[in-house]
Amino acid sequence: MQPFTTLTSTPAPLKVINVDTDMIIPKQYLKTIKRTGLGTALFSEMRYKEDGSENPDFVLNQPAYRKSEILVAGDNFGCGSSREHAPWALLDFGIRCVISTSFADIFYNNCFKNGILPIKVSQEDLDKLFDDADRGSNATLTIDLESQTIKGPDGGTVTFEIDPFRKHCLLNGLDDIGLTMEKAPKIEAYEEKLKTRAWA
Amino acid sequence: MTATKAPTTLYDKIFDDHVVDRQDDGTCLLYIDRHLVHEVTSPQAFEGLRMSGRKVHAPEKTLAVVDHNIPTTDRSKGIAEEESRIQVEALAKNAKEFGVLYFDELDIRQGIVHIVGPEQGFTLPGTTIVCGDSHTSTHGAFGALAHGIGTSEVEHVLATQTLIQKKARNMLVQVDGTLAKGVTAKDITLAIIGEIGTAGGTGSVIEYAGDAIRALTMEGRMTVCNMAIEGGARAGMVAPDEKAFAYLEGRPRAPQGAAWDEAVRYWETLRSDEGAHFDRIVKLDANNLPPIVSWGTSPEDVISVAGAVPDPDQIADEVKRASKKRALEYMGLTAGTKMTDIPLDVIWIGSCTNGRIEDLRAVAKIVEGKKIHASLDYAMVVPGSGLVKQQAEAEGIDKILIAAGFEWREPGCSMCLGMNPDQLKPGQRAASTSNRNFEGRQGYRGRTHLVSPAMAAAAALAGHFVDVRTLG
Repeated sequence: MQPFTTLTSTPAPLKVINVDTDMIIPKQYLKTIKRTGLGTALFSEMRYKEDGSENPDFVLNQPAYRKSEILVAGDNFGCGSSREHAPWALLDFGIRCVISTSFADIFYNNCFKNGILPIKVSQEDLDKLFDDADRGSNATLTIDLESQTIKGPDGGTVTFEIDPFRKHCLLNGLDDIGLTMEKAPKIEAYEEKLKTRAWA
Repeated sequence: MTATKAPTTLYDKIFDDHVVDRQDDGTCLLYIDRHLVHEVTSPQAFEGLRMSGRKVHAPEKTLAVVDHNIPTTDRSKGIAEEESRIQVEALAKNAKEFGVLYFDELDIRQGIVHIVGPEQGFTLPGTTIVCGDSHTSTHGAFGALAHGIGTSEVEHVLATQTLIQKKARNMLVQVDGTLAKGVTAKDITLAIIGEIGTAGGTGSVIEYAGDAIRALTMEGRMTVCNMAIEGGARAGMVAPDEKAFAYLEGRPRAPQGAAWDEAVRYWETLRSDEGAHFDRIVKLDANNLPPIVSWGTSPEDVISVAGAVPDPDQIADEVKRASKKRALEYMGLTAGTKMTDIPLDVIWIGSCTNGRIEDLRAVAKIVEGKKIHASLDYAMVVPGSGLVKQQAEAEGIDKILIAAGFEWREPGCSMCLGMNPDQLKPGQRAASTSNRNFEGRQGYRGRTHLVSPAMAAAAALAGHFVDVRTLG
């Protein structure tokens, strides 16, 4: 996994609440057996017209945001299906940070497994970030994971909370499975205990 | 002097019982007793194992079944759609290579993964259950801690039989009273989501309690827990009781003999203690609950069948107002339209929410000896599993449904998410017993109204929504 340390980019505003993972990546793209190549399918039903051409109204089709690596979105981002294809599609498009007032649990987890930083902020801060994002290429945000800060275009700084273990893994690009495998003796000990339960 | 243990919740007990390791910051390694696997969210996980030379840690605790992609028509000649076929074949190959039991599309035990687990007695009280599917919360109906995970976590569980977790908050949803005739578990669960919103349960595990929950059958409790995720909760659960034990006893993977007795003695201890702390308590009165219909593109967009499409202009928050206006536009509805005046094109009955035998019985009871309305494009019933289908056919339910004009299909997820050929066409409007009314969920630009099986059946006869309480 690619570590996440700092990121500077023009943020793209997606002013929709309850953005579900079906919206992020519709079902027809879930038939892949790979993790890569889903970027073109990101938000496909909003991003493309019925004839397959780009919908110019959609934020990521607008010149200022075509290369955005930060997405600022309404409350409860990533709700619905557990499909990890959602963060895979975001990452493949180039988005490495999503900012919202809240995230659905499974999506939130899935982000960390893929080197994407989901940042929770207050409604007040989100409104401010939406204003920044509305300024297009005139405004950039700088995210610094180590100091847990978002620096705005006018020098303002928003701090955010993040679980220390998740932060550590993201900063260092650590593989969860490798870390857990180091605890194999503890897993074995638990399985010994299970043997005392005839039904388990 | 003995120290008195602080009262704990059902969730606390099961979580604590499965902690393998606890770091100082509260991050835990949780042991996973049961892992369900399907074809859509597992290929990349098995590929990950292969690339790193890892094995499945406990194949006997893993069960694979195909459900999302498969057609619901005759499958004996294979799957026509190439990508779907490749994904199904990948699961078959992976299951074989890694030594995991697999139910293929021709196996009578095949079905939607969340219907198969309980049916096989693979789902048991007090266990931790995961699956790369958000509706894993279904299994909480048996007093299991069950939740959906992403594909990276599927790989993690395959490799280690554990999951990295932090304790969620405890939330209690208390439903007391008696449901009116025709009002069901589906209406309870939709009403709760309407009340708390789709982010209402974020970061929490919901325990459903109260006499209205106790009065539900196991099928009904599964319907309620199934949609805990639609309320944003990590899991939903109900304390196991005699009904849960009776449902499980004698199932193929349930314990037997002395092991069964030992298990029941333990399972009977699985309940929240008197005075246990809940971070949030929500109450719902079952007595006055109407049948519920969704009007928008989020499961929180719900209203009584006796109501009308709400007016988004009344919402103060700008982003929320815009989102709900967008939902009405997508649904092709105007504020103020009575729900019973909305004409329907398609009736779809099935899913892990409502594809069990009790659901099909409820539909058959309403449509027996009648015909679906001529204005419908079609009405389809997809049993949740091969065993549900077999049971329904033994009871003559298939004949009743076919005589009424329904299509009777092979088991799978089907139009609940439309990964197979069962999809709404643009603009088609469906009454669906599934769990999500998201944009495009059941087909590109399709329009979904979530309802109970009884409501879907009544709507099939009328061609529009009907208040099932008014039926004779």
